[in-house]
Amino acid sequence: MSTKPLLQRVAIGPRQSVPFELDGVACSGFEGDTVLTAVLAQGAVLRHSEFSDAPRAGFCLMGACQDCWMNTADGQRLRACSTLLQAGMRLSTRWPA
Amino acid sequence: MTERLQADVAIIGGGIVGSSAALFLRRFGLSVVLLERSLCGAAASGVNYGGVRVQGRSLSQLPLALRSREIWRTLPEVIGIDGEYVPSGHLKLARGEADLARLEAYARQVEGQGLDLQIVSGASFRRQYPWLGAQAIAGSWCPGDGHANPRLVSPAFARAARAAGARIIEHCDVTELGHDGSHFVLGNARGLSVRAPRLLNCAGAWALTVARAYGDDAPMESIHPGMAVTEPMPRFMDVNIGVEGGGIYGRQTTRGNCVMGGSRGTSRNPLHAQPRAVAIAELCQRMAELFPPLAQAQVLRFWSGVEGSLPDHQPIIGPGTKHPQLLHAFGFCGAGFQTGPAVGEALAQWVHHGRASVPLEPFTIERFSTAAAGAPLHSPSSTSP
Amino acid sequence: MSTVVIVGAGPAGLRAAEQLVQAGLRPVLIDEAPRIGGQIYRQPPATLQRRPADLYGFEAGKATALFERFAALLPNLDHRPDTLVWQIEDRTLHLLSGGRSQTLAFDALILATGATDRVLPFPGWTLPGVFTLGAAQVALKAQASLIGPRVVFAGTGPLLYLVAWQYVQAGGQVQAVLDTAPPEARRRALPGLLARPAVAAKGAWLLARLALAGVPVRRGVQLQRAEGEGRVSRLHWQQHGRPQSTECDAIGFGHGLRSETQLADLAGCAFDFDPLDQAWLPRRDAAGRSSVPGVYLAGDGAAILGADAAELAGARAALALLQDCGHPVPAAHAQALEEALVPQRRFRESLETLCPLPADWAAQAPDALVVCRCEEVTAGELRACVAETGTREMNRLKAHTRIGMGRCQGRMCAPGASRLLAQAAGCSLAEVGRLRSQPPVKPVPIAVLGASAPQVAPVPEDQRDD
Repeated sequence: MSTKPLLQRVAIGPRQSVPFELDGVACSGFEGDTVLTAVLAQGAVLRHSEFSDAPRAGFCLMGACQDCWMNTADGQRLRACSTLLQAGMRLSTRWPA
Repeated sequence: MTERLQADVAIIGGGIVGSSAALFLRRFGLSVVLLERSLCGAAASGVNYGGVRVQGRSLSQLPLALRSREIWRTLPEVIGIDGEYVPSGHLKLARGEADLARLEAYARQVEGQGLDLQIVSGASFRRQYPWLGAQAIAGSWCPGDGHANPRLVSPAFARAARAAGARIIEHCDVTELGHDGSHFVLGNARGLSVRAPRLLNCAGAWALTVARAYGDDAPMESIHPGMAVTEPMPRFMDVNIGVEGGGIYGRQTTRGNCVMGGSRGTSRNPLHAQPRAVAIAELCQRMAELFPPLAQAQVLRFWSGVEGSLPDHQPIIGPGTKHPQLLHAFGFCGAGFQTGPAVGEALAQWVHHGRASVPLEPFTIERFSTAAAGAPLHSPSSTSP
Repeated sequence: MSTVVIVGAGPAGLRAAEQLVQAGLRPVLIDEAPRIGGQIYRQPPATLQRRPADLYGFEAGKATALFERFAALLPNLDHRPDTLVWQIEDRTLHLLSGGRSQTLAFDALILATGATDRVLPFPGWTLPGVFTLGAAQVALKAQASLIGPRVVFAGTGPLLYLVAWQYVQAGGQVQAVLDTAPPEARRRALPGLLARPAVAAKGAWLLARLALAGVPVRRGVQLQRAEGEGRVSRLHWQQHGRPQSTECDAIGFGHGLRSETQLADLAGCAFDFDPLDQAWLPRRDAAGRSSVPGVYLAGDGAAILGADAAELAGARAALALLQDCGHPVPAAHAQALEEALVPQRRFRESLETLCPLPADWAAQAPDALVVCRCEEVTAGELRACVAETGTREMNRLKAHTRIGMGRCQGRMCAPGASRLLAQAAGCSLAEVGRLRSQPPVKPVPIAVLGASAPQVAPVPEDQRDD
């Protein structure tokens, strides 16, 4: 799994860090991050296609394409580009087993 | 531009019934013209739940349904595609002891007819179906049932009929319904004229217009069963589910979407229906209760269709009262997808050699004639005797 | 007093709200986003304070004016952010907000639902790192991020050059700007562009700055495919028939904008095919009245005209609403707004001449191209369906191939799919029709909808469908 970030942050001054978990791995983002930004600042996958298993990393960033739906560890669904990152979120790039 | 057509049989309505009738008539070597108002298989035949189910039908429908099951099993040979038909079996749930008693009674009633029903209950039931909500305590399992994709199957019957030589005319709204003494004479607003000694009324929820033009009537109403489909989800449901008493049914497609039904919508216009938000909320509530894995799931689409329903929940299949050369086949009360192919075959048999291979007496339109004379209509009976 | 609702808090919705409040009404302003501004004036989360100049460049003045106006209006508005309208039934909106479903009956409704990028895909467009131009802008504006260290911008439209320049300014490395518009388009468009000289000047300035920054800009480009292992690393393209490729970490692409019309459809509005936008748009008069009494349309959600026109149209639609409700409205004001929209439309027409869609896109699309990214349906499957079934209509195509059945309900794939269908069926784009909108307009949780049902009702005897 590629761990090189997809997104590149622009420096805008100090920001509060926000801890979260991605596929069981401890990570951190910043206050004001959407889930999409936080996850794509870690790597290049938000979810996998149900049909081809190909990795997906969002597309429109404005809540239109619906390609950034992720799961939380307890099976809730969230749209990554329009959900703010909260401390302690446990995110998953796959559906729970 | 006038076009005059003659054929052995004219068919009004290109849903699964009309299209399969056209196909089977061609196999008998009869010439066919089928007139469809919009696109074949786009109305109820194309937007229904997709259940291919014998279990739960009234005894009177069993011969038709069992014959249809045989046709479904050879679907690729009949229509050239598999239509996503999955012989998943059908599990009809009991949500209490009274339901269970009714399921057991039905199973006894249909014993030996080929449904091979098995009642599953208790620990065995919980073990086999751990993903069902706690309100389901038992189920009647029918191994030979399944589900398919109506959007693919119904138009494919029309294509097969066309490939077999039927003349299928879409975007053709029949506005003239006449008879010249020997032939039915049909016409539309664009100069098309069709003459045929036999006519099949397969116009679905709109069949009364045709029926009344030829002196028949029936207390049919339009119903709009509400449907919902979820986003694709990991597979958890491998059977087609219904409940005793009706009101919710669900299946999971091979791609993972869960298709659910069980509420009523309203019509937006005579051709299209839309589920009402209240009905949607009720459907979602039942879905979440019955299928806990759907608790976090999301719905992508709600829809409805326009289907004809009769007070005794049985279709009308049989000759017209004033015109014996007219055959009606409509009003399937939301359960016509599975039986469609056999109904089409029966109509073709009737036209070709005077009788169908399955008994159709319970479905005559005459059973409603006493209503015209002021006698009470048959009282509603559930599809589970 | 009656309930007047505005859906959308971009420039159109905000100016509509202003007119209604000035007339003494207290409209409900519904917005799916947490903060007002729509897309063009999208604001970052409140915790990410940025200067308007950094966010909006030349448009900072307009953005600030709108935000200040909104702040002044707020006491007289019922502002409902983070609220999705998922269905319209009779004259009631069905809302999803804060994990709960609610209804809102309206007497009059202004739909100002805005637009998304219009997407004509190329092979590899579903790879991580490939985004729309709008997405590239959102990342920068709202999330202080670039879509990648080395970015290629591609497609056509005014946004292409603007976003490229914004990325240069933000310190990103823009590998190339690849415009699919033919080189002669500029000459042809110039006279019309002068209908709005200030805007045209800005465009010229952008080009000059990009050149100064050393960003390669190419025209007459044909996009071939994006490739990479699990994420994009290269874009292959052609110019004058010569194959080229550019290394990159991300691609931002788009071909203009596409109106979000699902709510207008659910509200029962009539639609017509618009030859300028090459899309089906809800029918409206010069003031923004739809074909449904009491329903008004404004901004890019009704037709693509840009943010300035959206402000004018929003105000005009609100005046139409007031007129229709019997409120006195100064005729001169309404007329002035309509007149101000005329050069906007003329400019838009010249933009279409400057940035046309690639006319041969459908013919060039390879069979292996994934057209519907939600359901992963290819151009080849679409063409096979047409060949096998004779399908010539979009809803029929959807029924057969699943195009448009996925989570986005056709937003991303409809422009491409309809062009492929027209090409394969040998008919015009207008003839293939449009996808019928179905509720919910975006995915909604079953549990939330179920919770809004009245107590579990037993199914009436005569409704027990199997």
